[in-house]
Amino acid sequence: MILASGLRKSFGSFEAVRGIDVDVRRGESFGFLGPNGAGKSSTMRMVAAVSPVSGGTLRILGLDPATDGPEIRARIGVCPQEDTLDTELTVRDNLVVYGRYFGLPRAEVRERADELLEFVQLTDKAGAKVEDLSGGMKRRLTIARSLVNRPELLLLDEPTTGLDPQARHVVWDRLFRLKQQGVTLVLTTHYMDEAEQLTDRLVVMDKGLIVAEGSPLALIAEHSTREVAELRFGVAEEGESHEVLARKVEDLAERVEVLPDRLLLYTADGEETVAQVHERGLTPVATLVRRSTLEDVFLRLTGRTLVD
Amino acid sequence: MTGTAPTNPFAGAARLTDYWATVYRRTWKGSAVSSFVSPLFYVVAMGVLLGGFIDADPDRLEGATSYLAFIAPGLLASQAMTTVFGETTYPVMSMVKWQRTYYSMTASPLSVGEVILSQLGFVVVRVAMSCGVFLLVMAPFGVFTSWTGALAAFPVQLLLALAFATPVLGLSAGLKDESPFALIYRLGLIPLFLFSGAFFPVANLDGWMQVLAKATPLWHGVDLTRMLTLGRLDWSMAAVHVLYLVALAALGWCWAVRRLTRRMVL
Repeated sequence: MILASGLRKSFGSFEAVRGIDVDVRRGESFGFLGPNGAGKSSTMRMVAAVSPVSGGTLRILGLDPATDGPEIRARIGVCPQEDTLDTELTVRDNLVVYGRYFGLPRAEVRERADELLEFVQLTDKAGAKVEDLSGGMKRRLTIARSLVNRPELLLLDEPTTGLDPQARHVVWDRLFRLKQQGVTLVLTTHYMDEAEQLTDRLVVMDKGLIVAEGSPLALIAEHSTREVAELRFGVAEEGESHEVLARKVEDLAERVEVLPDRLLLYTADGEETVAQVHERGLTPVATLVRRSTLEDVFLRLTGRTLVD
Repeated sequence: MTGTAPTNPFAGAARLTDYWATVYRRTWKGSAVSSFVSPLFYVVAMGVLLGGFIDADPDRLEGATSYLAFIAPGLLASQAMTTVFGETTYPVMSMVKWQRTYYSMTASPLSVGEVILSQLGFVVVRVAMSCGVFLLVMAPFGVFTSWTGALAAFPVQLLLALAFATPVLGLSAGLKDESPFALIYRLGLIPLFLFSGAFFPVANLDGWMQVLAKATPLWHGVDLTRMLTLGRLDWSMAAVHVLYLVALAALGWCWAVRRLTRRMVL
């Protein structure tokens, strides 16, 4: 569905994407994970055939976006990061009008609009103006709109950024259904839980490059330990900095990360590690034992956290 | 059924018809009332009441036998211009920045050129409606010396609309925010309205002022409209007016497509 090799994007002297290779197959759910500024959105805009490629090759549905942009855009669905709904039109009109851009007959678009409103649970809002919708509803409407042409490939740029946790779960549920229906999904996100829930395979991007690729579980297994013990200490415990504390416990874990507010101890058994820390006479004010996530993978690969 | 790419730019632009129709259905009442009422007010206030004080000498009024007959074509062309400014300033800013409607349009198979083409089509329809109403409102005042001339004046308004719409749309499409619009209205629209021969013969202006007035698109539109409604057509001058307006519309088109593409296709 998407084949990129040595793909680059630059804006003047700034290189947003610095040569990436991506191969997304039909029916797959594929993710670009990375912090803001990693080059995810620039990549998505090139894949959506709205932003010219600066270097390398890119094929979408086997077509070249430089020459077949309209043909590609006719067959894909795009859910942009910022809503581009017409807020003064009704919910249903937004879908109907948009479907017409794809050259679909009016009757078919109307029927499709009703189906999609049902799918995103907005049927009772069909006649409401978009400006009266909540953020989560708007996002669901944008997703419905991106499906109006029955796309072979659906691109979602940060589909749940800015939504509250509940609204986010509703969106995830709908996207998961699409995935089960066999729609090829490509999404960008800086939420590791989103990537873990929705993608079969993902690439971790940082500073315009791909730093790792694989399934969420494989990436965690490869780049992190099974568990993480998080230790939070009081304000400069007995005058000791986090670095000093880290040195006292570094032999208890495979790896220790020092964050501004806590220490992360990467270990196979978090509870045991916490007990060992206490045995050393250290008294963290709070401890948390959890599974490793993609966040830990990212931290390991780049030395930075995903969400600042 | 999945989407298709349009086979030609006009077919692409036509796909946006439902969008414009939906937008217009929401706002038509306000614009229908104003396009009926404002010409009536102008014709009564300026043409009938103010014109009552003006001694109409056809030699000094470009052949008009009354001030009302002189000013009516000027007001018609000004109405066309005003409608264009209304449709291509704030609405364009909204579509490119506030609502980002253009971005949703170009995420579909449609291109920037097709989006602009459709918007120009909408502007022309809006001008056709407001100028059509204007002609009907003025008719009972007996301002048209020639009926065929009045009918011929109608398409001139559409050409004038395009000559204004393409450059103004291009200008709006590249602006960062809406603050220059106030200036464009005060230092663009209003001086054009007042000094381009709608209210007085530009021959009254001295030297360079007259040259400047005759360089404005509105003057070419007003003069051509007036020739037609007064039934005093000068073919060579009319050809100059048409060429000027066609050239401006064409140059404006290229500029608008380039500016909007530069802004949106990064």
